[in-house]
Amino acid sequence: MSSNKKYWKSVEELDENSSIVKTLQQNEFVEEIPVDKFLGDKETLETSSTSRRDFLKYVGFTTAAASLAACEGPIKKSIPYVVLPDEIIPGIANYYATTIADGFDFANILVKTREGRPIKIERNRLEQSVGSVNARVHASVLSLYDINRLESPLIDNKPSSWGEFDSALESKLNALKNEKVVLLTQTFASPSTSKLIKEFTKKYPNVRHVIYDTVSSSEALDAFQSKYGVRALADFDFSKAEVIVSVGADFLGDWQGGGFDSSYAKGRIPNQGKMSQHFQFEANMTLSGANSDKRIPATPSQQKQVLKALTGGTTSGLPASIVAAISKAKAALSKAGDKGVIITGLPDFTAQTSALSYNESVSSVVMNTEKPKMIRKGNSRAVLNVLNEVVDGTVKGLISVGVDPVYSFPNNVAFTEAYSRLELSASFSFKKDATASLSQLVAATPHYLESWGDTQLKKGTFGLTQPTIKPLFDTRQFQESLLKLLGSDKSYYDYIKETWKKSILGSTSWNNALHDGVFVSDIELENEEFSTGSDFSSKNQSFDTKVVQGGLELTLYTKISMGDGQQANNPWLQELPDPITRTTWDNYLTVSAADALEMGLENKNVANGGLNGSYVNIKVGEATIENIPVIIQPGQAKGSVGLALGYGKTASIQFEMQTGVNAYHVYNNFSSIQNVIIEKTSGEHEFACVQLHNTMMGRDIIRETSLEVFNTKEASNWNPVPVVSKDHEEISVNDPGADLWTSFDRSIGPHFNLSIDLNACTGCGACVIACHSENNVPVVGKKEVRRSRDMHWLRIDRYYSSEDTFESDLNKKENANGLFGETGVKSTLISMEDASASPEVAFQPVMCQHCNHAPCETVCPVAATSHGRQGQNQMAYNRCVGTRYCANNCPYKVRRFNWFLYSENEEFDYHMNNDLGRMVLNPDVVVRSRGVMEKCSMCIQMTQKTILDAKNEGRAIKDGEFKTACSAACESGAMVFGDVNDHESEVNKLSKNNRMYHLLEAVGTKPNVFYQVKVRNSKEV
Amino acid sequence: MASHYEAPIRKPLVTGNKSYHDVTVDVVTPVEGKANKSWWIVFSIALAAFSWGIGCIIYTVSTGIGTWGLNKTVGWAWDITNFVWWVGIGHAGTLISAVLLLFRQKWRMGINRSAEAMTIFSVIQAGLFPIIHMGRPWLAYWVVPIPNQFGSLWVNFNSPLLWDVFAISTYLSVSLVFWWTGLLPDFAMIRDRAITPFNKKIYGILSFGWSGRAKDWQRFEEVSLVLAGLATPLVLSVHTIVSFDFATSVIPGWHTTIFPPYFVAGAVFSGFAMVNTLLIIMRKVSNLEDYITLQHIELMNIVIMITGSIVGVAYITELFIAWYSGVEYEQYAFLNRATGPYWWAYWAMMTCNVFSPQFMWFPKLRRSIMFSFIISIVVNIGMWFERFVIIVTSLHRDYLPSSWTMFSPTFVDIGIFIGTIGFFFVLFLLYARTFPVIAQAEVKSILKSSGANFKKLRAEHGDDAKHYGEEVEFSTKNKNN
Repeated sequence: MSSNKKYWKSVEELDENSSIVKTLQQNEFVEEIPVDKFLGDKETLETSSTSRRDFLKYVGFTTAAASLAACEGPIKKSIPYVVLPDEIIPGIANYYATTIADGFDFANILVKTREGRPIKIERNRLEQSVGSVNARVHASVLSLYDINRLESPLIDNKPSSWGEFDSALESKLNALKNEKVVLLTQTFASPSTSKLIKEFTKKYPNVRHVIYDTVSSSEALDAFQSKYGVRALADFDFSKAEVIVSVGADFLGDWQGGGFDSSYAKGRIPNQGKMSQHFQFEANMTLSGANSDKRIPATPSQQKQVLKALTGGTTSGLPASIVAAISKAKAALSKAGDKGVIITGLPDFTAQTSALSYNESVSSVVMNTEKPKMIRKGNSRAVLNVLNEVVDGTVKGLISVGVDPVYSFPNNVAFTEAYSRLELSASFSFKKDATASLSQLVAATPHYLESWGDTQLKKGTFGLTQPTIKPLFDTRQFQESLLKLLGSDKSYYDYIKETWKKSILGSTSWNNALHDGVFVSDIELENEEFSTGSDFSSKNQSFDTKVVQGGLELTLYTKISMGDGQQANNPWLQELPDPITRTTWDNYLTVSAADALEMGLENKNVANGGLNGSYVNIKVGEATIENIPVIIQPGQAKGSVGLALGYGKTASIQFEMQTGVNAYHVYNNFSSIQNVIIEKTSGEHEFACVQLHNTMMGRDIIRETSLEVFNTKEASNWNPVPVVSKDHEEISVNDPGADLWTSFDRSIGPHFNLSIDLNACTGCGACVIACHSENNVPVVGKKEVRRSRDMHWLRIDRYYSSEDTFESDLNKKENANGLFGETGVKSTLISMEDASASPEVAFQPVMCQHCNHAPCETVCPVAATSHGRQGQNQMAYNRCVGTRYCANNCPYKVRRFNWFLYSENEEFDYHMNNDLGRMVLNPDVVVRSRGVMEKCSMCIQMTQKTILDAKNEGRAIKDGEFKTACSAACESGAMVFGDVNDHESEVNKLSKNNRMYHLLEAVGTKPNVFYQVKVRNSKEV
Repeated sequence: MASHYEAPIRKPLVTGNKSYHDVTVDVVTPVEGKANKSWWIVFSIALAAFSWGIGCIIYTVSTGIGTWGLNKTVGWAWDITNFVWWVGIGHAGTLISAVLLLFRQKWRMGINRSAEAMTIFSVIQAGLFPIIHMGRPWLAYWVVPIPNQFGSLWVNFNSPLLWDVFAISTYLSVSLVFWWTGLLPDFAMIRDRAITPFNKKIYGILSFGWSGRAKDWQRFEEVSLVLAGLATPLVLSVHTIVSFDFATSVIPGWHTTIFPPYFVAGAVFSGFAMVNTLLIIMRKVSNLEDYITLQHIELMNIVIMITGSIVGVAYITELFIAWYSGVEYEQYAFLNRATGPYWWAYWAMMTCNVFSPQFMWFPKLRRSIMFSFIISIVVNIGMWFERFVIIVTSLHRDYLPSSWTMFSPTFVDIGIFIGTIGFFFVLFLLYARTFPVIAQAEVKSILKSSGANFKKLRAEHGDDAKHYGEEVEFSTKNKNN
């Protein structure tokens, strides 16, 4: 808009004919510039010291200066602290102990914050801390910075204020005073929340509180409750076990809340000739099965019988191989006596009870029923009642908290429809998930890293949750809302503090408990009451073992990456490879090779190596799921199939992360076992697998031996050092005579080594996410992973045996004779490319091996990768020109190239492409640019910090202070990092262990990472 | 005179009873004349391919190497395949001009100019790849040991890739100087014939003021010999160093001591094939059949046959050593080459490189122009596959099976390769229209090597025939044409 306003500069302008104004208008300069005088005065000009040359210089300089001044640097708006908080020192991380309790994962953790931002989750290393700090927990810090989070409460899908929300909720609740209203919550396991909900239901007696575990452990809870009177789950300490028999229990995965890795791993490391023996009867190939000494594929109905047979029943009708295994397991169990344990994952009350009874009858030291786990409370029948009552309209209001029933209820078409007709539908949700998007009222809840809370993880073990950052958005905890509804003006923080002071803390100070984040006490809390009574014999308690005609038995499971699906919008988890199939960004139906052949289902590799799979439709009762891709899974029991829950989310999920199919559709009766009919459909699915070749080809990669050989023979038999011939004499590859290079002087300062115990590693993947989080490893997306361009610095290789065992692989290769023919090298090697139908499995974490004679270092033309004084193979990103020669010449293939720009690039729209997501980046590690090579640095930023801290404090470094992200994340203790120059250090001892070997030792790279030979306890009793 | 022994006469190297002037005219015709339609068509196609390649290169540099089909396991594929292929092709030029000069093989004179041009143009193509295959090509100068302000940063003299930088740049500069030296008298000839001042000026500059004095010629001969002496070791060293990229690595299938001689033989093999391809077309298009004769083609076919057989022996030796070594990784690498997912590439290589040149044992076939042309193309395809096989099939399945994967090119990979072929032909076609494509000054020195025309004169006119008179008449006749 042009303005007609005229601004007067002086009164003189009022006179239109003023000569002064006219002169001024015409002359820019008030006084005439004496150009003539200046130039005309020849004398002055001649005496002037300014030459023409100088004049041009000045003109040039001023022009350049003026134009440079016109260029503006990018403006970064930052607001300094007016008063710097005492605890924040820029560049120094603060750690806070807290507890995650999202209804699926429960653990005491430590949160690393930098400049007030949480950037990494670590284990709480206090001895009393409990819970599994798994890959999902490590990744949960990224979910805090999810751009699809709810930013304020919503009323009828419109952003609103908390005042309006409270009054709307209250008026609705009051209007429904005489109707049935259900408060459907996750398991909080929180003493304060329980108390608060009790107060709430007292005020609103028409509100029924129902706990809903999205992935149910209802039958195990029932069995435990009926036996011991507490709705909880038995705890197990597998380090005390001599024999573990698991029937369909993936206890190294998410079985009963998980968290058994560390005790299991302790029992797996041979100690004085002893280690636990592990039998696994299961349908899907799980982490537990993969780690077992003897894995027997068995369909769920067979498993039920196996369990019966183990506890004294008959074996009739079972295949001979299973019968044989049962008798072996039985013999082993009876020999182990109270050091034996049976566990089961069957969603069956009788089965669960019989396992508990067995353990009790032998008074198993492995099982602990005194201090059971409190992290699951849900009751399938109660939830099912809610589902039915919502559908038939008897329930008029549903308030869901931390759960997403519209997404996760089976039979959800009817439910969804009924839900939108409810008179009150309120959702307390972190995101606008499927339920929230249909709810009248949506309360935006904060992330647990922004919340207060308390949790009873195990009877007598309490965790405190404290905020590590101010809520990023206008969110409020569910508990705060309850307090508002109860008319209290107390904050939830005060409420917890009060509860704790009154009934938990005893004489301990609140600040101490909060500092530790975990608190152990013998206090007995009042049990929560459940309206469902104690009828544990109802029909829903068992699954149907009769297979439908032409059908298969489906076992629904959760992946270590996605769990129940809460963090589906977390790109780290989407890109975390499944430990078994090594597939990312998908769920799929796992099918045995025999069934696949029968149904004409195929897996094949296309020209760029990518894996393609057929599609199937499955039908469970009335529910169908269409277009599920198929993966042919070695070890899958014939007649069974598997499918992961937690996928197929679409509400508030970024398009790229809307992966997989929603298996909750067929989660009928919240039972993980279903009978399905499968039919093949057209088309091929493009998988994104990080490992395309599944067998070890009989190579010396994962060294393995049996406990018997390990105990009776010299190490040179089962852990031989490769030899080479020099002057017709065999010398060890580590002999100086076999060495081409001069070594560095290693005597001064630390020399870092990393030991990886293949017996202790369960393949859980926590280290992979920890590495992502510590080192700003980019997410590249499904398409790029499919093109074999995953960026993981640390990968966990998984190998299947091609014969029944790895040992027979070796024998077969050894016995190959000649080049061609049936037993020739050619056909032997080619046949070894395929995995067995019931293979042995081995895991091996591989990261940069930090070779002392690194092949990558010699070939870089610009010396961008070179050797560090402390043993690391270092990578100078800003020197790298990107020839990729180093990656080619790396025998371990651990180097990762930045094919594209992965940060601030619309093509890779993950957390590094938005301001919120970038808050998770570790400021100590540079974000790599396009065109440079990157790889594991042995977390040099962490080791340097340790060294500098010790230097500042003027002390020696203690063993155990040096850590890498992976070794710190490893719960099983498989990874031990440290300074081998410190002769007292654990890693130094491990480097001299007779199980120690280097990967591809014969190449002569002399790595600083070493492995401990895997020992399998295959002895028969 | 009746009973004296007459030694068998060598076949003339230049046919068609050419006089000195004929040679001049034949060589200068394409330069002075106008391009015909077919030249324009071929040139347009080459230019289009070149532009497409440039587009693909711009796309790569601006977006990232991710536009290619490479992955975490296969870090090199078409880029370095093309690089080695082009360097290999370059070898024939130097071999022909330097080694054959030292061995006084005069038949080289008809073809050395174009062979050397081919060398230079293909080394230009080759040199492109190490630069554009970098993740950050704008920093390519970091591989050159120039004093810098980055502190004490220096290049890594252990790296074969750095040796490549020296090898290729030395090779390109020596070849260029050698080629240009040879061109001087010929440029001077064009300059002297030029009518327009512009042409005169340009060719005057190009000929560096060649005056044709005896001193000029003497220095010319000396420099040629010295440069030939310098270039001869390069024939062996360049591809030896290129082979070090692979031979000094630890990857099974790369880590092979046989690589240097095997690569050199392969390079000469592919270079001669490319010379054949180009010259068979050029002799026809530019009417140079009298200079690039069947004999040339036959001799080159023999070189192809020999080097092809050397390469074949090398392939078989590799297989033998893989078995004999007892190293399982090595054994599998070669088994995988021949029978793995890339078996077709291996057998394409075997067929093209080992089997096809064996046809050259038959004189009839090696004297057939059409057949020679086909074989020359086949050999170049085979040699491309050889490098692909070495690079991709070794990398895609190396030590740890967990990293095994496959490689599949994208349109960018293909586009850049086609682009370099286009660029090569753009340069070659421009060369064919502006440069003397036959080393006419040298060819003139072998016109009378046989003396057959004198015998013919004597037969026609008896012993008293006036040789000089005939000569004069001969040239006059030609001048009138």
